[in-house]
Amino acid sequence: MFDLSGKRALVTGASGGIGREIAKALAAAGATVALSGTRVGALEDTAKEIGKDCPILPANLSKLDEVDKLVPAAEAAMGGVDILVNNAGMTRDNLFMRMKDEEWDDVIAVNLTAAFHLNRAVLRGMMKARWGRIIGISSVVGVMGNPGQGNYAASKAGLIGMNKALAYEVASRNITVNSIAPGFIASAMTDELNDKQRDAILSTVPAGRLGTAQEIAGCTVFLASDSAAYITGHTLNVNGGMAML
Amino acid sequence: MSDVADRVRKIVVEHLNVDAEKVTEKASFIDDLGADSLDQVELVMAFEEEFSVEIPDDAAESIQTFGDAVAFLTKATS
Repeated sequence: MFDLSGKRALVTGASGGIGREIAKALAAAGATVALSGTRVGALEDTAKEIGKDCPILPANLSKLDEVDKLVPAAEAAMGGVDILVNNAGMTRDNLFMRMKDEEWDDVIAVNLTAAFHLNRAVLRGMMKARWGRIIGISSVVGVMGNPGQGNYAASKAGLIGMNKALAYEVASRNITVNSIAPGFIASAMTDELNDKQRDAILSTVPAGRLGTAQEIAGCTVFLASDSAAYITGHTLNVNGGMAML
Repeated sequence: MSDVADRVRKIVVEHLNVDAEKVTEKASFIDDLGADSLDQVELVMAFEEEFSVEIPDDAAESIQTFGDAVAFLTKATS
């Protein structure tokens, strides 16, 4: 049902928790997956777990020259890019009154500007192929806001808006552009929370538990599949009911 | 009819799915041949590949008709 055989995917942030699971899930559905991230060792571990030949394309997405080499490198390695998952993201939390320009700029650069560049770069191939899937990993924070995360919220809301505009432009070419907005997902970061912090978070989540990276990965596979061909410009909220939109 | 014109016409016919005889010198891609703005971008991309040239954005905007395209590409490849 969600068969991605023959498709070629590029996943950014594939060294991190959610990105790694997305890459694994796309590969399990049959896609060839190029892994991008900053930590080569972690990318190699992901490739090993996948057990198939995965091009490893290290890139620092805060540097535009590296961003702009990524899609050509993926196309050279795989012959094209049918599925782009803009998953890479970073935080530089601070209250507005204390937020430095660099904290704002860094987060916008990686979370939003890099995604713009990558989206633009994959379009040519997707337009010619008359098939494409672009999926942006946003955040519930981009939809709801969160104190201390003005920069992050702006970048994640920006991703949603950008993807909607692009979805409009290319819908007639069989290219869908969607976003996924995860809520609280179990990660190395949430493992470090104490019980009190954990309970405070979970009290806002009707499901009463954190989400898993696999649950985000599953949604990504769905949106990449032909089953989701009529879904575009959508934001899939995956948050255990914390924000029912 | 020049070789360039034949190659351009072939791309236009295939891409916009129109009859070859409609692709006349003065035919506007958007007004006469049913192209939308995205088609126009795609046509320019196809011209770039067919003729191995780069068409800058301001030049691309000036290519409105079949004749414009032939004239531009004839000059660019000569």
